[in-house]
Amino acid sequence: MQLSLGPVLYNWAPERWRDFYFRIADEAPVDVVSVGEIVCSKRSPFFADHIPAVVERLQSAGKEVLLGSLILVSLRRERRQTEELASAEGALVEVNDLTCLRTLAGRAHAIGPFVNIYNEASAAFHDAHGARRICLPPELPLASIAAIAKAVPDVVTEVFAFGRVPLAISARCYHARLHKLAKDNCRFVCEKDPDGLLLNTLEQQDFLTVNGVQTLSHSCANLLGEAGLLRESNVRSLRLSPQDCDMVEIARIFRDVLDGREDFDGGNRRLAAAYPGVPFSNGFLWAEPGHLYRQARSGDAQGSAA
Amino acid sequence: MMELICPAGTPAALKSAIDAGADAIYCGFADETNARNFPGLNFSRDEMRKSIALAHGRGARVLVAINTFPRASAVDIWHRAVDDAVSAGADALILADIGLMDYTARRHPNQRLHVSVQAAAANPDAIAFYAENFGARRVVLPRVLSVPEIAEITRESACETEVFVFGGLCVMAEGRCSLSSYATGKSPNMQGVCSPPSHVTYEQTADGTKSSLGGFTINRFAMSEPAGYPTLCKGRFSTAQGAGYIFEDPVSLDATTLLRGLRDAGVTALKIEGRQRGRAYVESVVRHFRHALAALESGSEADIASLKPFTEGQASTLGAYRKNWR
Repeated sequence: MQLSLGPVLYNWAPERWRDFYFRIADEAPVDVVSVGEIVCSKRSPFFADHIPAVVERLQSAGKEVLLGSLILVSLRRERRQTEELASAEGALVEVNDLTCLRTLAGRAHAIGPFVNIYNEASAAFHDAHGARRICLPPELPLASIAAIAKAVPDVVTEVFAFGRVPLAISARCYHARLHKLAKDNCRFVCEKDPDGLLLNTLEQQDFLTVNGVQTLSHSCANLLGEAGLLRESNVRSLRLSPQDCDMVEIARIFRDVLDGREDFDGGNRRLAAAYPGVPFSNGFLWAEPGHLYRQARSGDAQGSAA
Repeated sequence: MMELICPAGTPAALKSAIDAGADAIYCGFADETNARNFPGLNFSRDEMRKSIALAHGRGARVLVAINTFPRASAVDIWHRAVDDAVSAGADALILADIGLMDYTARRHPNQRLHVSVQAAAANPDAIAFYAENFGARRVVLPRVLSVPEIAEITRESACETEVFVFGGLCVMAEGRCSLSSYATGKSPNMQGVCSPPSHVTYEQTADGTKSSLGGFTINRFAMSEPAGYPTLCKGRFSTAQGAGYIFEDPVSLDATTLLRGLRDAGVTALKIEGRQRGRAYVESVVRHFRHALAALESGSEADIASLKPFTEGQASTLGAYRKNWR
């Protein structure tokens, strides 16, 4: 089972962003790293200068690098940016919107969790058009994941296994709206919330996380307990989505449990310590409301093979 | 003249829409294959055949929406829906899933195919992808675009465009939202429902009414306020930056005043949301837009009756068409 690191979804300071990846390159036991600003095209210029160095450092460390495409492409500038990305050489593009596919036409690429693949037929279409890796939408239940992974054995099927769950994308920026700013003059207020802005219900239940034009769950997906089941379902990669916590430690915990150096209970305790105060969820995997967390049965984490 | 595309949740509503002047009606089968999968709504196979025959006799077309994403291991259900809609004489199929478009293009190469709003094709490159791969003839544009952006798309695309002009408004990019299933386990993409009534509760409190979805409070209303339906993205929430309607106020789209701009932008068809709404809604809204279109055509001033009773929270917006928040 591979571990992959998804792109940073939040608006981190550029130097911090760069140093984060340098440390991932040097220390994190992940096989694949997806980089690039995929949430808001306005943020992209801040990271552009650092991307070559980050890609080089990651590749030198033996990581496979994916270049993530924007989730929602509507402006001319965003189309141009997406087309440039799709023509890039030296790293696979991770497609987060079908806009890229026209340029990529038949060339090898990866598909990110923002492309709707809900069944075998859609996965087979992407397989036939050059998809080498597919990270499935976080909403999918285990039964669907297993059916899709079985149908495209040549594709590395990946699931979203750690991090706040991306739930929606909009043309409108909610950070700007909350700060009573227009989107074009947003002053990048989202940078004040490197782990997103907590949204509560009026009864003060923790509910969602606002990240500019993106809305995520408040809870943190945690499929550590289901890693064995996923392996038995032909899933070949688990995605860890960066949060404002020690992601090297998060990757180590998943690796330790996957390799049998740590049992699930111990791994889960370490996860809770590494990202404190945020509840876990895995409801989507069990075809239940996504915010729920069902404790794994013993054995689910490492599977019958481990 | 731009076509007027009207919703029908029942054969009776379909007939009302034709009577009121619809050029085409869109509807779906009574199961999880369409994105308005509500109890008591939609068409049996037999109703679909008869309704299409009736519409054709009256010079109207019927577009069949099969616009959820087929469930893995159950794709047959969606294939049957496509086959049955084709054999019932559907004028077009409205599809969202790539696998299902692929199937339809191969199995029924002469069938007219429209790209559903649920496919979220928001620019000319994405639209060209559907046209080149599956022969899609029309795209229903996501409600994230302004009128100038739409004009740019029609200039660059071989595909016809259809845009929403009235009704419920998705705040998020359509077909890319799992908020409903996060709270309830049921989603537009998978089950064809958003914020489903089965998971809604209203609770009387000392101060008024509290509405919840899947156990999460979506809104609280004072005694004097009407308690609206708790659609998740239109709720009142709280953050460190303040509380209120964080995503969108509970308003409906009404683009009556933008018809000229949409026509000049090269839009082919105007779509009214609301397959879940009753005959009175369909009749009034369709008649309203028929009049507005006739006035636009003749260059006269439209006598526009207020559609306020049919809007959510009795308030309307121009949505993304006029991006005053940009």
